[in-house]
Amino acid sequence: MAGKTETTVDLARAMVLAPPQAADYLVVAPLVVGFLFGALCLMTRKNTDRQPFLALSGLALMLAADIGLFWHVWQNGTVVMTMGRWLPPFGITFAADMLGATFALTAGIIGMAGGLYALQDVGSTGRRYGFYPFLLLMMAGVTAAFLTGDIFNLYVWFEVLLIGSFGLLILGSEREQLDGATKYAFLNLIATTLFLLAVAYLYGTFGTLNMADISRKAAAMRETGPLVTIAAMFLFAFAMKAAAFPVNFWLPASYHTPRIVVSGLFAGLLTKVGIYALLRIFLTLFDVERDLLAGAVVVIAALTMVLGAMGALAQNDIRRMLGYLVISGIGMMLAGLGLGSATGLSGGVFYALHSMVVMTALYFLAGLMGRHMGGFALDRAGGLYSQAPWMAAVALVLLLSVSGLPPFSGLWPKVYLVKASLDVGAWWLAFAILLTGLLTTIAVGRMFAFSFWREVAPREDGEAVPAKGRGITAGALVALTFLTVAAGLYPAPVISVSDRIAGELLTPNGYVDSVFPSDQPVREIEQ
Amino acid sequence: METAITILTGLFFVTAIYLMLSRHIIRILLGVAILGNAVNLTIFTTGRITREVPPIIPEGALVPQEAIANPLPQALVLTAIVISFSFFAFLLVLVFRSYQEIGTDDTDEMREAEPRDEAVPPLGY
Repeated sequence: MAGKTETTVDLARAMVLAPPQAADYLVVAPLVVGFLFGALCLMTRKNTDRQPFLALSGLALMLAADIGLFWHVWQNGTVVMTMGRWLPPFGITFAADMLGATFALTAGIIGMAGGLYALQDVGSTGRRYGFYPFLLLMMAGVTAAFLTGDIFNLYVWFEVLLIGSFGLLILGSEREQLDGATKYAFLNLIATTLFLLAVAYLYGTFGTLNMADISRKAAAMRETGPLVTIAAMFLFAFAMKAAAFPVNFWLPASYHTPRIVVSGLFAGLLTKVGIYALLRIFLTLFDVERDLLAGAVVVIAALTMVLGAMGALAQNDIRRMLGYLVISGIGMMLAGLGLGSATGLSGGVFYALHSMVVMTALYFLAGLMGRHMGGFALDRAGGLYSQAPWMAAVALVLLLSVSGLPPFSGLWPKVYLVKASLDVGAWWLAFAILLTGLLTTIAVGRMFAFSFWREVAPREDGEAVPAKGRGITAGALVALTFLTVAAGLYPAPVISVSDRIAGELLTPNGYVDSVFPSDQPVREIEQ
Repeated sequence: METAITILTGLFFVTAIYLMLSRHIIRILLGVAILGNAVNLTIFTTGRITREVPPIIPEGALVPQEAIANPLPQALVLTAIVISFSFFAFLLVLVFRSYQEIGTDDTDEMREAEPRDEAVPPLGY
């Protein structure tokens, strides 16, 4: 190797020479923590009593890292870290802008709440089946999907979170779970494969996989490349992931089968990864194509929200009703994406954050209700109000919040979305949003009336209410409820975050500039 | 060469979609496996099929001496193959377990999670 030192190589053109700042490590800290503690939980699989403590410490550290990252991004703008010191687009980039950092933070909160709820919901059987390793690895995959700046990596993180979710879904291997998991697994795998196909075309067109690099080259490729086709393929693949109509039927088939804590985590996290990816692809990468496809997106959005709410009306099982409410909420977020204005995007992002918290809390609530009533069927429900008045209060808050009634967090994003659709004259979209609110109110109001207010004769199998350690479970639920009340009564912080996200999404230059500092020239696209 | 591989990829997609439209899960599984391979071939083709030499830089040189093959699609395909292989293994076990438990691999008969005779929601108070 000696003797070559005299040849001068301008390393600055190929590699990052400045050592990474300590704050840069915040971008990878949440997923490193997730994988580390996931591995530790795997190592303790013979001694599952230690797992809850390990997993909760891991989730708490992840949440702390998410908070640190969010705070840093809020103060200093997008944080970028490149693996292996190769300059982007050659090195794999992790980049956290406000969108990624906010979603990661909310995911951290959901994960922490899930970990607490699981203390009582997942017994030693579930622990032996590997609940905690799967939970931490899925959390790592979800967080990494929010933070990566490389589209092939996004595919890899999708698969990481998918395999974790498969494991969680069939925890226990009951007939119902196997059936639900089969449909969930096949349809999600097909969606991810289609996503990979779109990535293949993207690579064939641009010769790069770095999202910021694609973003700045897209304008030059618009004349020659099949960008609308690629954008439509991404739309299809991610709409399937996010459970948008008409590719949503895997969700109500599977979300009610696993343990309630798993349902709650899925409802809070997994479909929102699809929404995040749609926002990222369509606003950072393909803004012109978004305008072209916007008509289709808003129609899909309107159908998703209205049919989701109607599906919720037609269900007898409380958990399946909640599954349809998840779908209905996806329609709201897609409406924000389709409108594409600052107001619309801000509303869509706010709705996504609201939905992550409230849908998880609703599943947790359903779990408590099911434990009290000994089942989830609405036609046999009743008598909860006298048994647990505090639960009725929490339920009322959550049900009003999910239908978007004041004074809870569901109201503000709907106000934003209605205003944004009226601004562009899409009165029918505003009508769909309001109709969805009405139908949702009827569905959840009926659930409240039947399970809390109706008196039923005591069941012969006795009111099997396990009083043991209900405190932590309820604590997780109350904490999430507190978030929705706080965001409803004092929405200014969340609105300023979502406004800033919308602003960043509409001008992706900031994101691109932080990945490619301006002294680096745009490399020409060779043909 | 591109033409031949394109036609092959198209055939893979056709076979995959045909199999995935089946009612029997084991056929759907085979369809998903073929779909994965079709996508892998697409990635490989989008990297441009060339007859260049491997991307190895001779000792003492700083850049490749001549045109080299594009290594990136191969790395991508390798990653995708590993992932899809592990998923195929998982799905195979899942399908086998549900066949054992439910006793059918006909998707129309698999109604455990969404039973046909599920009660309608209460119509009166």
